[in-house]
Amino acid sequence: MKRTIPLLITAIGGFVLVFAYFSPYTEDWGEKTMIWFDVIAAIAFVLGGGNLLKIHLKKTSDQAEGWGYSVITLLAFGITLLVGLLKIGVNPSPQFPHFAWSGEYRENGSPFWWLYEFAFKPLTATMFSMLAFYIASAAFRAFRAKNLEAILLLGTAFIILLGRTFAGVWLTDWMPEALSGLKIDNLTVYIMKVFVTTGNRAIMIGIALGIASMSLKVLLGVDRSYLGSGQE
Amino acid sequence: MKTERIVWIIILVIAGAFLLYRASTGQLGRVYVEGTLNDFVVDYSDPDNPGGTVGKHDARVLTVDEASEEGVAIPEVGQPNRYQWWSYKEQSAKEFWQETGVIAVEPESGADPDAANSAAGEGAESAAGTGAASTPAAAAVPQMEYKLSIGRTAGLWAAALFTLAIFSFLYRDNPFYKTAESIVVGVSAAYWMVVGFWTVIIPNLVGRLLPAMVKGWSMPGIEPDFEWTYLFPLILGIMLLMRLSPKGSWISRWPLAFIIGTTAGFRMITFIHADFLSQIRNGIKPLYVPQYTDAGQVAASATFWASLENVLLLIGVLSCLVYFFFSIEHKGIVGKTAKLGIWFLMVTFGAAFGYTVMGRIALLAIRLEFLFDDWLWLIDPKDLHTLTSAATGGG
Repeated sequence: MKRTIPLLITAIGGFVLVFAYFSPYTEDWGEKTMIWFDVIAAIAFVLGGGNLLKIHLKKTSDQAEGWGYSVITLLAFGITLLVGLLKIGVNPSPQFPHFAWSGEYRENGSPFWWLYEFAFKPLTATMFSMLAFYIASAAFRAFRAKNLEAILLLGTAFIILLGRTFAGVWLTDWMPEALSGLKIDNLTVYIMKVFVTTGNRAIMIGIALGIASMSLKVLLGVDRSYLGSGQE
Repeated sequence: MKTERIVWIIILVIAGAFLLYRASTGQLGRVYVEGTLNDFVVDYSDPDNPGGTVGKHDARVLTVDEASEEGVAIPEVGQPNRYQWWSYKEQSAKEFWQETGVIAVEPESGADPDAANSAAGEGAESAAGTGAASTPAAAAVPQMEYKLSIGRTAGLWAAALFTLAIFSFLYRDNPFYKTAESIVVGVSAAYWMVVGFWTVIIPNLVGRLLPAMVKGWSMPGIEPDFEWTYLFPLILGIMLLMRLSPKGSWISRWPLAFIIGTTAGFRMITFIHADFLSQIRNGIKPLYVPQYTDAGQVAASATFWASLENVLLLIGVLSCLVYFFFSIEHKGIVGKTAKLGIWFLMVTFGAAFGYTVMGRIALLAIRLEFLFDDWLWLIDPKDLHTLTSAATGGG
């Protein structure tokens, strides 16, 4: 019961989508299965929120190290959830002004929009932008042009970086027309068009074959690792 | 006191003094908005039955101007069936100053500059005494207001402080960074929950199981029918939430199995179709690509380079695939081909690395531009808030 039914659900859910692709009569089934998937995925966000609450409430009640930050997390979570779910500060839709809840939940100027625009967006963008420093630092420590492969990798990265800047274009602008293929901007385009396409194409073919075989193993019940050890 | 601490205190004091100075001159992050008045009348009268009324969903929504043209009774503001609110959108400081007459309106090419400037003067007059400028409410012209938005200005400052808090991690882990990190965790978890609730759960689940309720509440425009089959995702969703319970966590295997099964089925088809087959289809190209001159003759040099491109593509893909083929030992000709594949892959990885670095640096530049342009008004690449240049017509 604990393992057989999940295996059946996996196989039925997956094969319905596979058959839906090949038969026009089962096309609706595929669409419906995908909507079901979306619904369960949206409920999974609730699970994520619940888990966050559970962990941080425990940390706060235990007064574990750094519990003050857990309180901040809980406050940020609670306020965002409250203003978003209750559509606080959201005006009705102009098409239906007599339906108070008809407005867009992310309406420009609403508190939920404010939190997205002035907290979520700058915080995540700044976190990602900081990776520029760490990539540079890691590259400085790890990259050494000690063999041909490393030279190819470093050289290509250098050409690509330089070729997309004003300085790179300016550096090789003096080259005569006969050697225009060696201008750094043209070289960048050629690398992208030929060499990168070959590598990416081989990688994509490999990934597609890997995913197809892995999916078949899961659907046929050969790979059951997602069910866990069965001891809980 | 440690030298390091003294240095930081000096830096913070200088930064604070600079902010105070900028604030005193009015040259510091502010957000202005342009407001439009939404004014509606809901008409419940039944056109087919004089004296009768229609239901909430069949009522007509009219703007006040439309209602007045059609002779529909217009209730007072605040009374039932009259709905009024302001919608605001952001505008640049320069636009605000032009609308309120602080600076002259720049004439568009071909427009009469005197006419434009007199319009700005009228705006300034109507702004007097109210702190906001309202254009005369002519018939059929939407009522507008221009003002400083306290909420958005506070938001701009909060965003700037959050940005600095995250950047402070470059020095070392500190309470400012930890606070910002805690906020982003809480806000993002709740944000995705709210998005999932309003975009998926309400229209696709509640809207199918309780269509009348959703139609009368948050989505009056939808016309879904009751579909009992959506009880399945509801039940699976509730089972998924059992993961939070220590004893009932095995129950969540059923919805998890559904998620894994549908993902596997969907991915298998899409990857074979979109990646495997399409990449092979795009890889099959002629190895000889003749290029012709204007006179119709084969151009030898151009033909060579065009053909070489396709030959390199073929050799590159095949050699990379040989490298990925581990069922044969990489020795002899196979080993040499795999080695060539590695070279092609190294070029690919080098380009990917270059693009990743560039992407992150672009993001960093955007954050710095936000700090120096939107917040501190120290730079103005789009000429949106420099009073002196704007006042002189951008010159």
